[in-house]
Amino acid sequence: MQIQLRFSNLLFIVKSFNNSKFNISTVQIESLSHWYGKGINRKQVLHNVSMKIEPGEVVLLTGPSGCGKTTLLTLIGALRKVEQGDLFVLGNQLRGSLRKTRQILRKNIGMIFQGHNLLRCLTAEQNVQMGSDLLRGLSYRDRRDHAREWLRAVGLEDQMSKLPHDLSGGQKQRVAIARALSARPKLLLADEPTSALDSVTGREIVSLLKRLAVNQHCSVLMVTHDPRILDVADRLIKMEDGRLQPVIE
Amino acid sequence: MKNNFWQNRGIPLAWLLLTRQPLRLLVAIAGICFAGILMFMQLGFRDGLFDASVTVHRLFDTDLVLMSPRSMSSISMSGFPRRRLVQTMAHKDVIGTTPVNWNFLLWRNPQTLSTRAILALGFEPSDPLLLDPGFQIKAQALKSSGRVLFDVLSREEFGPVPKWFAEGKVVETEVAGKRVRVAGLVSLGPSFGADGNLITSRETFLKLLPTTPPGSIEIGLIRLRPEADPEQVIESLTASLPNDVKVFTRKEFIDFEKNYWRTSTSIGFIFTLGAGMGFIVGCVIVYQILYSDVSDHLAEYATLLAMGYRLKTLFGVVAREGIFLAIMGYVPAYISGQALYALVRSSTKLPVEMDSQRAFLVFFLILFMCMASASVAMRKLVDADPAEIF
Repeated sequence: MQIQLRFSNLLFIVKSFNNSKFNISTVQIESLSHWYGKGINRKQVLHNVSMKIEPGEVVLLTGPSGCGKTTLLTLIGALRKVEQGDLFVLGNQLRGSLRKTRQILRKNIGMIFQGHNLLRCLTAEQNVQMGSDLLRGLSYRDRRDHAREWLRAVGLEDQMSKLPHDLSGGQKQRVAIARALSARPKLLLADEPTSALDSVTGREIVSLLKRLAVNQHCSVLMVTHDPRILDVADRLIKMEDGRLQPVIE
Repeated sequence: MKNNFWQNRGIPLAWLLLTRQPLRLLVAIAGICFAGILMFMQLGFRDGLFDASVTVHRLFDTDLVLMSPRSMSSISMSGFPRRRLVQTMAHKDVIGTTPVNWNFLLWRNPQTLSTRAILALGFEPSDPLLLDPGFQIKAQALKSSGRVLFDVLSREEFGPVPKWFAEGKVVETEVAGKRVRVAGLVSLGPSFGADGNLITSRETFLKLLPTTPPGSIEIGLIRLRPEADPEQVIESLTASLPNDVKVFTRKEFIDFEKNYWRTSTSIGFIFTLGAGMGFIVGCVIVYQILYSDVSDHLAEYATLLAMGYRLKTLFGVVAREGIFLAIMGYVPAYISGQALYALVRSSTKLPVEMDSQRAFLVFFLILFMCMASASVAMRKLVDADPAEIF
């Protein structure tokens, strides 16, 4: 058992070495398990999950609520500590990683939330610039122009100086997309980005997200319930009770 | 370097967090301003009262002062033999001396006829007494017996003497049961111990207060040659004089009086405590504002963490909010402080001034108050868990 475990570790190191040399997967997960709670309340939410996301790939993750999708997303997003298994994001091992490593890694991961989570006290433009402010070595003006470009790309050039509460739900989500992409991420994580939107807007938002991300050569992992948007995916992953189901093409 | 800093700046999040919630900002500024005013007033009163205790002390034309070691303060002066002052004339650096009698006498208000204690100074009218150059001429009027010079800045309870005198009336009243006539007006100012002052000749003084032994005085003013070193003179005078007198420099004389009010009364304690209360009230207000600000925006702070901002950066945002609040609260507090000091000066004649030392002290107290509250409010930031916002 011990030897086997060591061997698999060794194998993994060789693999990841290869990856870093040639073609790194954006996300690479090997037998990832996760628990919530302590003592007798401890409950396993992820069972031996293994998957990969390649650069530029758009992957949709679906499944009933409470099946562990969001947990997986927060683990990939370097927002939680990995308990067991291997999780490589952009070539960084997240099991046993330092807080600092995770913080730096998060700069390269764009996140779009169910509730858009814009900063209420900032205008659309300033919200997007909070994303581009993370880029090092650019002047204030460059970062602001960058933010404006992204707002133009999501079709909000007329709404730049509006505060979030003056924007519609769809517009807010567009600002959130612009903010996530303005930090030039290599991976974009989206948690039910369409759940608060009507079907037409939702569809629009997702197509926009896909188009912009693919142009940036940015991988996308999107968690969704929405059956109407499944066709934007390059690949569909289904999850049930913390286990990945066989892939449906 | 400066340009670089400017180029590297980000969105001024702290500033926007504050200014986009004008009502909350207004409450915060009002609170800090209130605390600042409270501190300004309490410290101003305290220093003003200490300064007020020496209004007359500052006016004497003197380099050294002789006092009895039993004198504790201006309201409890003891006499010493006048010959001690004469003895100091033997020192080569002493160019002149003025013996001064100092006591409280009952002054009858010429209008209402009620009596009130007034500080009376007695001296030889030909001797120099005050620094004011015009005083020497006025003092000539004291050469006739029963004449006094009245302090125009005395409190109104002593009667409308300056007004009557200016109108050309002959103002006569009783001091210690004896008739006196006001022969002129001087400008001294009330002090903490004395509500009003009058100056008279030594002769009149002894008439008003016949129990004073003729050879006894309360203070002795000693003027030195300009090039003399006061410390050296004090040393040699102390060595040669018996210990029934003490020698002070001008500054020591002033500090001696201030020190009495500082240490022997509860004024210092009371007003410092008042200022401390202002500080604590301010702390509570700023803490409340910053804490609720952090709590309200916790999800947004967590979003920033998820985006890759460091926790340290967010601490910096809260700290900057604290600094902005301190500055925005201090400015109106300073202006109101100035206005209130002017009000206090005009209504109580206390010498309350905005000196730069107190202005800085209050600024740093407010800044400290805001930073302390901000650092406590920051602890709430640790609750911002980016994993919870999905």
